[in-house]
Amino acid sequence: MTEIAQRSARNARWIRDAALQIGLVVVVGGLAYGAAINAAQNLTQAHIASGFGFWNNTAGFDISQTLMPYSSSTSTFGDAFWVGLLNTLLVAGISVVFATVLGFVIGIARLSRNWLVARLAGCYVESIRNIPLLLQILFWYNAVLKSLPELRGSVALPGGGMLNNRGLFLPRPEFAASFRYVVIALLVGIAAAIIFRVRARRRQDRSGKQTPILWPALGLIFGLPFIFTLLTDFPIRFSYPQVGRFNVMGGVEILPEFAALLFALTIYTAAFIAEVVRAGVLAVPHGQTEAAQALGLPAGRTLRLVVVPQAMRVIVPPLTSQYLNLIKNSSLAVAIGYPDLFQVFTGSVLNITGQAVEVVAITMAVYLTISLAISLLMNLYGYRVNVVER
Amino acid sequence: MRCARDITSASAAPVNPLTFKRDRPQMATDGSLPRARSIAEIGARLMLKGPVMKRVATAFAIAMVLAFGTQAAFSQTLKAVTDRGQLICGANGTLAGFGRPDPQGNWTGFDVDFCRAIAAAIFNDPTKVKYVPLTAADRFTALQSGEIDVLSRNTTWTLSRDTSLGVDFASVNYYDGQGFMVHKALKVNSALELDNASVCVQQGTTTELNLADYFRANHMTLKSVTFATADEAVKAYDTGRCDSYTTDSSGLYGERLRLTDPNANIVLPEIISKEPLSPAVRQGDDAWEDIVRWTHYAMVNAEELGVNQSNVDDMLKSDAPDIRRLLGVDGQFGQAMGLTNDWAYRIIKAVGNYGESFERNVGQGSPLKIARGLNALWTKGGLQYGIPVR
Repeated sequence: MTEIAQRSARNARWIRDAALQIGLVVVVGGLAYGAAINAAQNLTQAHIASGFGFWNNTAGFDISQTLMPYSSSTSTFGDAFWVGLLNTLLVAGISVVFATVLGFVIGIARLSRNWLVARLAGCYVESIRNIPLLLQILFWYNAVLKSLPELRGSVALPGGGMLNNRGLFLPRPEFAASFRYVVIALLVGIAAAIIFRVRARRRQDRSGKQTPILWPALGLIFGLPFIFTLLTDFPIRFSYPQVGRFNVMGGVEILPEFAALLFALTIYTAAFIAEVVRAGVLAVPHGQTEAAQALGLPAGRTLRLVVVPQAMRVIVPPLTSQYLNLIKNSSLAVAIGYPDLFQVFTGSVLNITGQAVEVVAITMAVYLTISLAISLLMNLYGYRVNVVER
Repeated sequence: MRCARDITSASAAPVNPLTFKRDRPQMATDGSLPRARSIAEIGARLMLKGPVMKRVATAFAIAMVLAFGTQAAFSQTLKAVTDRGQLICGANGTLAGFGRPDPQGNWTGFDVDFCRAIAAAIFNDPTKVKYVPLTAADRFTALQSGEIDVLSRNTTWTLSRDTSLGVDFASVNYYDGQGFMVHKALKVNSALELDNASVCVQQGTTTELNLADYFRANHMTLKSVTFATADEAVKAYDTGRCDSYTTDSSGLYGERLRLTDPNANIVLPEIISKEPLSPAVRQGDDAWEDIVRWTHYAMVNAEELGVNQSNVDDMLKSDAPDIRRLLGVDGQFGQAMGLTNDWAYRIIKAVGNYGESFERNVGQGSPLKIARGLNALWTKGGLQYGIPVR
């Protein structure tokens, strides 16, 4: 084809493609708009309240765990939303960290040459994976509750804590004003540790000489704040939990609902993460391990320095899926009374205001936003650990 | 011929993207639904505005209709129910005395009796009912969406529910109030001693809100633990997670029977709120609401007049004008609602009068043994008052 004929064919193709795309966007957008209009009309016809005015109305109900100030008489439904969201993020965040650690350990354990360790890890994965999460949550809740003593027989923990079937009660720290120096010292210590590690690595790259990193880093992170604690005369006081007539007063309360959900989510997701890790490790060519052994690296270092970094390329995408599953599974908290976003917002607020469409739409948008954010961060990390093959 | 109002609203109506037709104007300017137009009204419009031949034909038709009797108000829900051959009733599913299946699988209870009464009035067969068990969280969405025809599920009538949910409440069939149940071992004699106590409650109910209000008004600290279903809340109370369980007083007696040791729990004397329980229907179908409302009043009037399940056949031969009107021997009241004239006879024959239903399900003839109290007839010091059938 001649130059001109080629170009005009390309243009025609481009125009046709663009027209199809625009047409599709218009059709889909029109459908969505029509659906929204239809829903709004039907709601008005049925005399069901609509709109987002309920956000600023007084909530009127109480929430058992609140990470921010909340009062049933003055807080609004919007405040209840934020309380629920913080609870969800708390349990999901802690659970993600523990599940990753446990999952990596179990996954690598399953590949161990020690027959017993490998089989035990295999049993763990196969049994936990196949039991529905809701059952596991109920098991932990009832097992946790039934085994803990009543209020009268609380187990006293060293350090002033208390454990009973209402929760784990720890001494509540109260900070004096001079505590901010300790916090600044901590941040400085962390920054110093990071800089130290970077410089030690660069030195190793240049000259091959290794410097011990772990203990100096720990010393900086913990030592500096500790020195400042001494200097500012211990600006932390503790208020200890006391057994009252019905409940424990004072102290920091960790609900049994929170603990049960945490255990169940962590153990369940760790089983799946273990399989993802195992798949990643098996995906690294055996030649890498042989080469590392030929260089004289012991098994632990082989794993840590050669195999796992290369396995991360295969691990990161399914790992992202498992994290997203964990965050969505945290909504099962409604079964045991943990006040997460789903229970507080889609349960109490929806039922009191009756505005199902708006409340469910907001909840879906929130879960979608959280999932997209996690997905984005994990994809950035995955891009970094991607192995570029020659 | 189209009148001015039709023209302006028709051109403003958007195209329905699913049918590609303009939605017919459904809303008047003040947001109310058009009334079900009676034949008389349609005829009057035609007579005043239609072309000559139409007017003559209409006059003739009106004359014929007027000559041959009254016509009933049209109810869409009644038509759907009769076409289906079955009433779909939203019920509780777990509350003893009000609505739950017995060990043989037959639904029994005070609210279930009400549904059977409506079915008897429509079909002359109280078994033509399908019961849909609903939690507090989804009961209103089930009614709004059309999944059920009537909600008979110990639901409190409040202003916010009446106005913003698109439902109407027919008539109070049980005057109740909220109370507390505590473990006897706590040695609590009054709800005012519950400062700092943990209270198990079901979310999305007026109970949750009243609880917070009561504790605040009496300057007590509340630790509430909320659950999605009453089952979970009662179970948590039973295992000792909470000191107290709160719900409507009638529910407390029912739930106490399900605890592992009913005698280890007492119901506190305080009634902290008004809970008028009423069956609910969708807004916009006034004729159906009439049927549901008058089913209740038929049962109350029957008890006032001394008509019960065993003597209703003999009462057909009575000379008392009130009884003759109630049972349909005189008057055309059934037809005015779209039912047969012996609608009340059918109800009493199938289910009995209000007192019989009460005693059988929640009164002395049942394990709950609740006294009539506020639910006695107005002539006996209670609040149940039968609006006259005439």
